[in-house]
Amino acid sequence: MELSGAQILVQSLIDEGVEYIFGYPGGAVLHLYDALFQQEELKHILVRHEQGATHAADGYARATGKPGVVLVTSGPGATNAITGIATAYMDSIPMVVISGQVSLPVIGSDAFQEVDMIGITRPCVKHNYLVKDVTKLAETIKKAFYVATTGRPGPVVVDIPKDITAPHIKVPYKYPKKVSIRSYNPIVTGHKGQIKKAVDLLLSAQKPIIYSGGGVILGEASKELTEFTRILDYPITSTLMGLGAYPGTDKQFIGMLGMHGTYEANMAMHESDVIIAIGARFDDRVTGKLDLFCPFAKIIHIDVDPASISKTVRVDIPIVGEVKPVLEQMIELIKESHKKPHKKTLEPWWNQIEQWRAVKCLEFDRESRLIKPQHVIEQLHEVTRGDAYITSDVGQHQMWAAQYYPFDKPRRWINSGGLGTMGFGLPAAIGVKLAFPDADVACVTGEASIQMCIQELSTALQYKTPIKIINLNNRYMGMVRQWQEFSYESRYSHSYMDTIPEFVKLAEAYGHVGIRIDKPEEVRPALEEAFAMKDRTVFLDIITDRTENVYPMIEAGKGHHDMKLRVALGTSTERELA
Amino acid sequence: MRHIISILMENESGALSRVAGLFSARGYNIESLTVAPTEDPSLSRMTLVTRGNEDIIEQITKQLNKLIDVVKLIDLADSDHIERELMMVKIKTSEQMRDEIKRMTDIFRGKIIDVAPTTYIVEMTGPSEKLDAFIAAVDPDAIIEVVRSGPTGISRGEKGLYL
Ligand SMILES: Cc1cc2nc3c(=O)[nH]c(=O)nc-3n(C[C@H](O)[C@H](O)[C@H](O)COP(=O)(O)OP(=O)(O)OC[C@H]3O[C@@H](n4cnc5c(N)ncnc54)[C@H](O)[C@@H]3O)c2cc1C
Ligand SMILES: Cc1ncc(C[n+]2csc(CCOP(=O)(O)OP(=O)(O)O)c2C)c(N)n1
Ligand SMILES: [Mg+2]
Repeated sequence: MELSGAQILVQSLIDEGVEYIFGYPGGAVLHLYDALFQQEELKHILVRHEQGATHAADGYARATGKPGVVLVTSGPGATNAITGIATAYMDSIPMVVISGQVSLPVIGSDAFQEVDMIGITRPCVKHNYLVKDVTKLAETIKKAFYVATTGRPGPVVVDIPKDITAPHIKVPYKYPKKVSIRSYNPIVTGHKGQIKKAVDLLLSAQKPIIYSGGGVILGEASKELTEFTRILDYPITSTLMGLGAYPGTDKQFIGMLGMHGTYEANMAMHESDVIIAIGARFDDRVTGKLDLFCPFAKIIHIDVDPASISKTVRVDIPIVGEVKPVLEQMIELIKESHKKPHKKTLEPWWNQIEQWRAVKCLEFDRESRLIKPQHVIEQLHEVTRGDAYITSDVGQHQMWAAQYYPFDKPRRWINSGGLGTMGFGLPAAIGVKLAFPDADVACVTGEASIQMCIQELSTALQYKTPIKIINLNNRYMGMVRQWQEFSYESRYSHSYMDTIPEFVKLAEAYGHVGIRIDKPEEVRPALEEAFAMKDRTVFLDIITDRTENVYPMIEAGKGHHDMKLRVALGTSTERELA
Repeated sequence: MRHIISILMENESGALSRVAGLFSARGYNIESLTVAPTEDPSLSRMTLVTRGNEDIIEQITKQLNKLIDVVKLIDLADSDHIERELMMVKIKTSEQMRDEIKRMTDIFRGKIIDVAPTTYIVEMTGPSEKLDAFIAAVDPDAIIEVVRSGPTGISRGEKGLYL
């Protein structure tokens, strides 16, 4: 079969099993768009800004586990995609981004809409390719998917000069079934000896804790993690990225750890004698001050990326490999072993944890006349029976969503953790809804974040992706304001906007439903109403207590045992904001 | 500590900038870097001299290995190895100094490879410290230009960096 470069790209994506491509046209990709037009298998989603394309593809990838695919034109199209590529990179999300490039003969001449996409993206991709020969195009696409989805996943950019896609140059096409790259051989199974050592250490622990992360979700190892945790009967905590890998409503789950983690999770980390980190990367939001991190613990670390191991925290037993096979091996060894953990040995540890739990660090003022954001999330959990896909933006609302919506399944919690990209939530929700049209999909956002990609409301209308936008409107960049309150004597430098749009009208202008509420008793009915409108996108503008802060909090330079808790007497409502 | 890292990588146009970019992005220092194709034209070999404590060097080698274009690497400091650097020095030579330069070059086992009315060019290879010593021995006012390749190295015996 002889095809043009443009047709080869489209056919390769189809042969790769791609369902959706999120994109935006322009000069350098016109041949590609023409090829897209002449087929029906591959569905193109036209966004309103290339950043939206990357986040939508990213949301699709996080919800399905399949790679997200993006198509942008050269120059400004390509640069607009950078934030989304970096977002996916930081959270290890598989994504393939096709960018148009100026024709080969003019590369380097500052041609119209030329940017060095390979150079610009180099620090925020897993790998990138410039295609210089149309006969190598199909193979390059295959390699891109292979690299993006194996080992530690990540985004891969394929930059395609316009002349490579020219309609009159046709070459034989065959999509390779498999590729191998001699310099790229991700490790799958862990070292047997290390695994044995790890199990021995685990079974000798008095105060163990399981610290699980995004790698469990990326590696589809929820089932194994759950079995592993249950047979050991150890407490388990999770990073922001790992939420849902182990059921959040289970009694062994002691909440998220880290800067805004629970008291019990952080205290248990601090006091533990053995930690097993599973697909987690000891991020600074998790460890707090490194010198104070887990002073009494021996640490086991399972990670597919050797560079994640002992990067910030030295570990005692590293295991390089994929979570799933390594946990399977561990489960087997534990079952065979005769020194299974005794209930008796663990009793004092669980008792201690229950005492920390009794502090009820997530309690909030339920009597307030103002809408408490925590209350909204709790109600959202009830109304959706804990079974929705929740995307979020970045800020206080993100932390409240993580704290008050216990996720029982993996891939339900979709947020930007590593880069912390405001603007992520709405396009990501569109990507999720496309993947799961029958599921409830909500985007928890703030009045500042939502404005960063608000234009995608238009995309949501065009492709009929009815999502619910839960705008926790505190008329502040709350997270910034909170830091300014704690660390800058409440000098709220530019953390508010004097002009905030009327979101109800804005939603209506985009063809959706807008509802504004400002009383606590309106929360439940409004949520029920919104979710009852199955085929409409609903923008819930919820006017919340603007003084509310996220607790607990480990401030910069502090350790896990040194948390700032909500003050027992008097809530933030009574505080005067400057 | 000083480490010499030898890298075999795909002979692709972007490969060098990936390595250089990695070092600047992660704040590792590069003292010198040499690169050239090998007997297998699909591979090039890079030698990189860097400094850092053990943790940093461990991260550097892991991060380098993570680059898709990197096929294989070794840290020469881990084993017995030979290190060489090439230097060429252009030296101002007045009538009375010529003998002196000639003698010095012989002592250091260098070669005079170019003779012009007022200049010599001396070529010398060896471990970097030997080249430093030669420079130190020559009158600084006489030195017009120094070019050094940066060290390259190879491990002794059977151990080595090959596919
Ligand atoms: C405002 C804000 C506040 C935040 N506060 C917190 C907080 O309080 N607590 C918190 O935890 N985070 C918080 N974060 C998120 C934080 O920045 C990090 O993104 C997060 O902690 C990283 O999660 P992780 O360690 O699970 O790693 P991920 O980024 O999910 O990385 C996954 C790790 O698993 C490995 N891996 C991938 N696939 C596999 C596989 N198949 N097998 C084995 N290993 C694999 C990868 O190599 C990597 O090391 C916050 C973010 C924001 C924006
Ligand atoms: C693109 C981008 N710019 C700036 C920031 C820094 N930042 C983090 S949270 C935040 C405020 C978010 O405000 P809002 O969306 O209203 O959420 P809230 O914290 O009020 O819930 C800002 C500006 C960021 N994370 N992303
Ligand atoms: Mg806000």
